[in-house]
Amino acid sequence: MSRIHVTTKINGDETEFLCDAEATLLDVLRDELGLTGTKEGCGTGDCGACSVTVDGRLVCSCLMLGAEAEGREIATIEGMAAGEVLHPLQKKFIEMAALQCGICTPGILVAAKSLLERNPDPSEEEVRYWLAGNLCRCTGYDKIIRAVLETAADMRRAS
Amino acid sequence: MRYEAPQDVEAAVRILAAEQGAYVLAGGTDLLVKLRSDMIEPEVVVDIKRIAGMKAITAEDGGWRIGAAVSGAEMGEHAGLCADWPGVVEAAGLIGSTQVQGRATLAGNLCNASPAADSVPAMVAAGAVVRVVGPKGTRDVDVIDIPKGPGKTTLAAGEFIASVFLPARGARSGDAYLRFIPRTEMDIAVVGCGVALGLDEAGKVSAARVALGAVGPKVMLVDTAAEALIGRVLDEAALADLAAACSAAATPIEDKRGTVDFRRHVSGVLARRAAVIAEARAKGEKA
Repeated sequence: MSRIHVTTKINGDETEFLCDAEATLLDVLRDELGLTGTKEGCGTGDCGACSVTVDGRLVCSCLMLGAEAEGREIATIEGMAAGEVLHPLQKKFIEMAALQCGICTPGILVAAKSLLERNPDPSEEEVRYWLAGNLCRCTGYDKIIRAVLETAADMRRAS
Repeated sequence: MRYEAPQDVEAAVRILAAEQGAYVLAGGTDLLVKLRSDMIEPEVVVDIKRIAGMKAITAEDGGWRIGAAVSGAEMGEHAGLCADWPGVVEAAGLIGSTQVQGRATLAGNLCNASPAADSVPAMVAAGAVVRVVGPKGTRDVDVIDIPKGPGKTTLAAGEFIASVFLPARGARSGDAYLRFIPRTEMDIAVVGCGVALGLDEAGKVSAARVALGAVGPKVMLVDTAAEALIGRVLDEAALADLAAACSAAATPIEDKRGTVDFRRHVSGVLARRAAVIAEARAKGEKA
């Protein structure tokens, strides 16, 4: 069975890869491209650890085939910091200790960034609903929600 | 397994008709789960998203045609669709997380044929019609006629749904969908109820469609519930009759998510509440 040749853009870089038809985008990111910041939690779209954006839309990379990425623009956690300069959400998560084991953190950061791009001033309820598909078994969510709200406030002040 | 992404409907139908183990891929939020859990072993997966129109929401005859690959998130961002059929948009918006919303589709929710599918009672109440394409050509089918039972549809080999049509909303009309789940988000309906109402100039119900989900092997259109409302204002007596009709029509199973009695009762409760929202929308009030 010949592998599928896919041309895509990942975090702004033209990227080509070969994948099997069954391979998910998550498999491709982690196993073909070495972008292991995107995590596999459940593999069934329930936990959000594998969150990425595709053409600006937040999705679970475990629920998308690698082959579907042809011609799309993918953004992963690896593209979030600008070199050594962390994104405000990343800084705030460290500052407020909004993580413990860290497995859910990349997905939550990607999802939260996607929210703040659409809605720079979300209510707590809006943040909680937006992140309802990102499960964290350590923190109890409170620090995460507060970190997102404080980042949003900081970013509004800065702009 | 092979992956194909045909550019037109004819090519997609050719592939689907030629192979036993061919599956349609639109949003993939059900298909990928089944694939990865070895519930299905496709010979070929046919990605329909490269076909023109599959990602489009288009005005047609006063209503809206929604391509089979339009996601819940895209529906929720479409002002015209939200204004005309808020109940359908909200029902689709209840499916899964933000991430799932980025991919999940009306057509997929319908073809997955879960009795608890949230968008399906809303579409049935709205009188939605799907356009089915296949080896024998194109046919339009009422949404209610697509599910055959849990996990089964009436689609023939080689057929797939190309679009969902929501008809013109009509003056003084509105719709709503409510479901009961034991938590506030990310769960499967224990009962779901879609209601679409039209009012006459005096404010009496002139048209009604009431659909229940998760209380039978497939979605049901409850004619007795509609009959209980026609010609009446939505007062307490009319709402009580509506609730009684829905509770009587429900044929739920008993499982860990709800008993038969509970599901019957909630069918009536949700119908009342959805009818009140639909009426407010028909009157042009925010609800």
